[in-house]
Amino acid sequence: MYDFNTLYEPNTVEEALALKKVHPEALLLAGGSDILIKLREGKLAGCDIISIYMLDELRGVSIQDNGELIIRPLTSFTGITMDPLIKQHVPVLGDAVDQIGGPQIRNIGTIGGNICNGVTSADSATTLKAYDAILELSSADGVRNLPYAEFNLGPGKVDLKPEEILTAIRIPKESWDQTCGHYIKYAKRKAMDIATLGCSVNVKLTKDKKHIERLRIAFGVAAPTPIRALTAEKAANGHAVDAHLLDIITANVEADVRPRTSWRASKEFRLHLVKELARRATVASIEKAGGTIHG
Amino acid sequence: MAKKAITCTVNGKKREYFIDVRESLLDMLRGNAGLDSVKHGCDVGECGACTVLINGLPFNSCIYLAIWADGKEIMTLEGLSDVKGTISDIQQAFIDEGAVQCGFCTPGFIMSSIPIINKENPSTREEIRRQISGNLCRCTGYEKIVDAIEKTQKKRIAEKKETV
Ligand code: FES
Ligand code: FES
Repeated sequence: MYDFNTLYEPNTVEEALALKKVHPEALLLAGGSDILIKLREGKLAGCDIISIYMLDELRGVSIQDNGELIIRPLTSFTGITMDPLIKQHVPVLGDAVDQIGGPQIRNIGTIGGNICNGVTSADSATTLKAYDAILELSSADGVRNLPYAEFNLGPGKVDLKPEEILTAIRIPKESWDQTCGHYIKYAKRKAMDIATLGCSVNVKLTKDKKHIERLRIAFGVAAPTPIRALTAEKAANGHAVDAHLLDIITANVEADVRPRTSWRASKEFRLHLVKELARRATVASIEKAGGTIHG
Repeated sequence: MAKKAITCTVNGKKREYFIDVRESLLDMLRGNAGLDSVKHGCDVGECGACTVLINGLPFNSCIYLAIWADGKEIMTLEGLSDVKGTISDIQQAFIDEGAVQCGFCTPGFIMSSIPIINKENPSTREEIRRQISGNLCRCTGYEKIVDAIEKTQKKRIAEKKETV
């Protein structure tokens, strides 16, 4: 038996938003792989819960006429990995969430829950950051679209108002078109572990595949929140695809991160990983995009 | 506390349960349905001892609200035996390969293995390990568990070929 107080079960998103307006302090329960565990630990004893898990309208991936990908927040990690549109346009996101937990956790855990938790280690967060995702946040009073870049306010803190619900994650066509990405999760174990460091890179090459048109790098666990390495990106954009490019990235990538020492790894080791993973993920992305690194 | 009636299919039979909304699926399957193969281990989604299939996919029943089972198809280890109570090939393989010691983890491992043993093409041992990576065993050292799954998968693939 879970130790919560009242359970609300809305049948539609509209009902969920109405409930959230009246009970802003109630916790939204998506797949529960975070909240139900915290309930077990007694941390949330006596809270009220709004369960949205059964709302199928918040599940699945679709594409708009303008090429924008719409990921509904209750899509499970397995659902993301198996989805044909994700496989076709953003396969790196499918790969990233396929490294979360074990099969059972990937079947219940949702992508919306993963990013609304606001933890820096969220495996989906880095790739969504690296693709400039936009979050659709709804409340009974209306909808606002917020760049994911502005969503994380601090460890476990996100810009989600008490009466709001994340109703969609959007990836604009501009972001995925002719873009190839790669995610590396560095962890102590292959399964059921949290990243010591995560790095997601994606690249769009020029037509002749000799220059970087746009490179994007994001990290998890390299700062209190998932972050982008904007200095390194700026240095890489327009650069020739060669060995020097990799040196430029590793030289600049440190400027954007603020890793700390935890029981999993020291700050120094994390800094080493920041450089090494950025380099490896860049090489892999370039190769996926059909480029070759000369020299 | 609030109570609710839910209807779901458990091991092929349509059932109705009257449950407390705070129950987990594990509470419901052990308590209301008397299905004791669903083991109560860590209770926080770490060990996989409580694994059941929901609409064909493995889930940890300890971190799943019982009310979410409404309208779904649940399968537990009890559902693997035939009408006469004869155990299935995968259960027999666990016995034959020595993949069971204390046995506490066994039902969870077997349920996690169901999607793999029904695959069309043989999996590598690495792929099998990945599929059971959400289950812990404190006794066997896993090798024999992988052996049992591999053997059953091979047997089923061979049987399918014979029937075509
Ligand atoms: S009892 Fe459910 S995962 Fe351990
Ligand atoms: S046989 Fe004892 S835990 Fe697996």
